Amino acid sequence: MTNQDQATLLAPSLVRILSPARGVALLLALIWFPLAIFVLYRAELGEQARYVLIPAIPAVLILYAWALSSWRQSRVALFGVTLVCFWLLIAVTVPFLPLADPDKPVAPYVVPGMVRHGTLFLLGSDTRGRDVLSRTLWGCQRVLVWGVTATLMAYGVGVAFGLLSGYLRGWWDEIVSFASNLLLSFPVMVLLILVLNVLGQSGFNIIIAVTCSSAPIIMRIVRGLVLEARERDYVLAAQIRGEHPLWIMLVELLPNVRGPLIVDACLRLGYTTVAITTLTFLGLGLQPPDPDWGLMIKEAANAALLWKFSYMLIVPALSVTSLILGFNLIADGLREMSWRA
Amino acid sequence: MNVLLLRRVIQMLLIMLTVAALLFVIFDSEQFRHKAAVAELGALGLATLSEADYQGWLQRKGLNRPAPVRFVRWLKDIAHGDLGQSSEKDVAVSTLLKESLGHTAVLAFFVFLIMIPLAIALGVLAGMETGSMLDRLISVVSVITTSTPQIATAVVLTVVFALGLRWFPSKSAMTEGFSFRELVLPLLTILIYDVGYLARMTRASMAEVMGSQYIRTALLKGLPYRQVVVRHALRNALVVPVTLICLELNGILSQVVVVEVFFQYSGFGRMLFDAANYGDIQVLQAATLVAVFVAVMSQLLSDVAYRFLNPRMRFA
Repeated sequence: MTNQDQATLLAPSLVRILSPARGVALLLALIWFPLAIFVLYRAELGEQARYVLIPAIPAVLILYAWALSSWRQSRVALFGVTLVCFWLLIAVTVPFLPLADPDKPVAPYVVPGMVRHGTLFLLGSDTRGRDVLSRTLWGCQRVLVWGVTATLMAYGVGVAFGLLSGYLRGWWDEIVSFASNLLLSFPVMVLLILVLNVLGQSGFNIIIAVTCSSAPIIMRIVRGLVLEARERDYVLAAQIRGEHPLWIMLVELLPNVRGPLIVDACLRLGYTTVAITTLTFLGLGLQPPDPDWGLMIKEAANAALLWKFSYMLIVPALSVTSLILGFNLIADGLREMSWRA
Repeated sequence: MNVLLLRRVIQMLLIMLTVAALLFVIFDSEQFRHKAAVAELGALGLATLSEADYQGWLQRKGLNRPAPVRFVRWLKDIAHGDLGQSSEKDVAVSTLLKESLGHTAVLAFFVFLIMIPLAIALGVLAGMETGSMLDRLISVVSVITTSTPQIATAVVLTVVFALGLRWFPSKSAMTEGFSFRELVLPLLTILIYDVGYLARMTRASMAEVMGSQYIRTALLKGLPYRQVVVRHALRNALVVPVTLICLELNGILSQVVVVEVFFQYSGFGRMLFDAANYGDIQVLQAATLVAVFVAVMSQLLSDVAYRFLNPRMRFA
């Protein structure tokens, strides 16, 4: 509710801050596609898999440079984007880094900084003897890919229904609003557990579960924005020109309401990351053995509850916090900049 | 106002009924019925369950009657407080629910007891003078606490207070009766997130009110600052936080899942999680229904509070 209220205030100036929108979208696609392919088809592609990530490396650097130069007025946003770009850079370069195999057991319970079997464990090894540093760095790939994909999906569904119910009103609005109220009446975690229990546990079902919980909120935001925007003259002009409703929704309305949606998307990326990590910790999400932060916490929480071995818990916990903090700070910074502008 | 509220109540009832129907359809599907049969007849049943046995079981349970008949019967059972039998623990679901909800209510009670005064005080102090040192400090801390997923908070608290300082036990199973020491870490985990969130929202609301015309008028006509804050600003600034506090009931049901599982506190969240993990369908179904009921009630409560507190809405 509050997000939405704040969101409506800042549409035009935000779009200016994110002015080269197409370039940024292209860069994001250049990062997301290779990462998704790498995470999903690593086994099929074999040894050569890591070369698909090469175009993503310069894309991350350019994106970061762009953010540094255009968000200079907000230190908060700069700090946030630094955190997020750090993890993005790790995600796309991790196969090229000189790290131990994240899934290979070497020596269990090695405390940080010790050398065992000729390998140095900078952050120690976990209960099964796998390198914690390597697992942490590899772990960000899965969280980023599934988190971003799930958020994109939720946005696709939420925006579509929001446009429909906001622009067409009438029965569409009644039905869509009721369905979204229905989904919103579940506590989030209960809904996620229910969906994953009915559909089974996999990455794709996580996307569906997150869509069920996030799309209604996005739909409400979009609907609210559209209800306001549809009264403007440019919509009337398009209607008089005889444009198709679909054209009006996608070409006239959507670009004009995108500003607040970008802020919400950053926040939502954070929420989705929390949800995925929590679900993996509960054993309901992504399955072992691939490294993942929630999974690392789960494994260590069962086996290593000693002060000496607490690094196994702390390292993934701080990693996931830093990523989410990054997303939230970007959202805060963007909001701050658009108020100032 | 009454008409609007009535509409809201009707909508809530409609939502509850739809959720009940939805849950019935989901858990009435062949997949889950088969699972239930296997769970009830045991491991031996799994190996030997023939088609005839299965049909016989359905017959005995009355599960082969038409779906609408069963739906009505199920609703009647619920109305009588009979939520079925847990297949895993062999007790009535209602007994199980009562116990676990009681435990979660204890946790929730302390959360509200500490969260409400603390978060509102912090938020009001920060929002009174935006840009002051105190505001910045509170804002930075609350951004960090709301960015930390509760699983990470739980981990850090356990490492520091249970493993490092040894002040509190690392698990809160409470096998030897209730102990407040065991409650501290789960409580802190929930509080750290919620206080940050509520303080942020209160700050935003307070900052907005303090920037409004009538506050400036009150100050310019020479009223003491204290009086302006307490008499004029607070009343309007607290509308949003109060509605959020009502919605927090809903949030807590969601948060307790991870917190209770991590600390092994045997409340509602852990029961739901266990039921989902072991395929205890009756429990999962009943728990979801209860969770939605609480959530819907909290939404209604927050609506009522909003209309009641906001003078602009009172005559709408």
